[in-house]
Amino acid sequence: MSVTVRIPQPLRRFTENRDVIELSAGTVGELLEQLERQYPGITERLREPDGQLRRFVNIYVDGEDIRFLSGLATEVRDGTEVSIIPAIAGGSESVLRC
Amino acid sequence: MAQATNTVEAETRSYVTGLRCRLCRAEYPERPVAICEECFGPLEVEYDYAALVRVISRELIASRPPTMWRYRELLPLGVPPRVGAETGYTPLVPAPRLGAALGLKNLYIKNDGVCHPTLSFKDRVVAVSLSKACEFGFDTVGCASTGNLANSVAANAARAGLKAYVFIPEMLEQAKILGTQIYGARVIAIRGTYDDVNRLCSEIVYTLNWGLVNVNLRPFYSEGSKTVGFEIAEQLGWRAPDAVVVPMAGGSLLTKIHKSFAELQHLGLIPPARPRLFGAQARGCNPIVAAIKEGSEEIRPVKPRTIAHSLAIGDPADGYFAMRAIRESGGWAEDATDEEIREGIRLLAETEGIFTETAGGVTVAVTKKLAEQGRLSPDETIILTITGNGLKTMEALTASPPITIAPKIAEVERLLREGI
Repeated sequence: MSVTVRIPQPLRRFTENRDVIELSAGTVGELLEQLERQYPGITERLREPDGQLRRFVNIYVDGEDIRFLSGLATEVRDGTEVSIIPAIAGGSESVLRC
Repeated sequence: MAQATNTVEAETRSYVTGLRCRLCRAEYPERPVAICEECFGPLEVEYDYAALVRVISRELIASRPPTMWRYRELLPLGVPPRVGAETGYTPLVPAPRLGAALGLKNLYIKNDGVCHPTLSFKDRVVAVSLSKACEFGFDTVGCASTGNLANSVAANAARAGLKAYVFIPEMLEQAKILGTQIYGARVIAIRGTYDDVNRLCSEIVYTLNWGLVNVNLRPFYSEGSKTVGFEIAEQLGWRAPDAVVVPMAGGSLLTKIHKSFAELQHLGLIPPARPRLFGAQARGCNPIVAAIKEGSEEIRPVKPRTIAHSLAIGDPADGYFAMRAIRESGGWAEDATDEEIREGIRLLAETEGIFTETAGGVTVAVTKKLAEQGRLSPDETIILTITGNGLKTMEALTASPPITIAPKIAEVERLLREGI
């Protein structure tokens, strides 16, 4: 038994094209560390240098956004399903100023 | 003959140079993708403004039919639109009676409640994105929707002969469900909120070769909203207003109206100005308003609880960009309770003869608050963007039973004596 992590398509080039990874961890944060150990470079896409999740990355634990739970400290256990899903957003006016 | 061909080419040329990530600046060719592969940042359509400034003029725009396509050079389409050729150029209505009620002398309603063909501003974004879907060769399209987008995708897909799958949250007004099914679209309700629907759709595009207008076609889709701002400026006689009040769900419309005024200034079509953008949300789903009021950089998602279903997005996709546009423009944001929303709908109907949906009630109620707070000044030119039609959200209101009488003149006279 372990935690199931669903990998979004844009990250599968890090995971040998696997869409589901099984890992053992106690929290979402630990899970990301395990993921990095197994697939180096992957969490650079997910976290800012200070360790915070990137703004347009959402993580769901059994279908619930971790921002409604305890963020990266959200607990996971055997059988939990964790989904990493890029958020869809548009753009803004500031392109004109670049 | 050669000249005619050249004219057609000039008329249909695209000025898009590609897509660019808003965060890391990575560049992509034009394709149905919304997310940067490097950093997951949102992709934005880029234009060749140096070429545009030489081509576009007020005269050229004014010479064209009254639709959103009179601004075609500023939209991401290289060919004539496949759907929605008649969409846009909705009335900008002076609203003196509503203005008197709110203490604002130069108030206007931009009434997209009469947009063609499905009576909401979503017809604009769908005109662009489904035309783009055809250009990319999709035969199946769809969307995640709170209702208005569902109606528009279904109607326009029918016209284009495309198969449509529309995903909605399970709690939605009957008129919006019927108004999607009638066009032959497959309507699939998802157990959960719009945010659950959106999440599912962002997974679908990696599995199925579908063009979901507000997911993988989002960079093109959202550009359609700019035409609301273009039209406001042209209808005011080529100038920006002092302030615009905009309802916010995902926050995209507000950011794109902001962008529209910036583009018009950049291209010399309107004089320099700094229109303030004001965002309106329902109290029961106000994540952007809360961040503005707290001065926070973070937008905390919420679980929506409001009668304004079309604004019930608890995790607004463009929340950060909307927040930035509001702050940079010197605007503000406010929210309205369900009761204030109903009062707003009635006030607009009784003063200006316009029946708007719940989102419009939010906009009117918020404008009232902003005027009371002194954030809108009486002499300023102020625009209320009304984005949808009241006939779609009748469940939010209850009709009073009419007085019934016999068909006799004496009965009418009696009623009048009684002061009816």
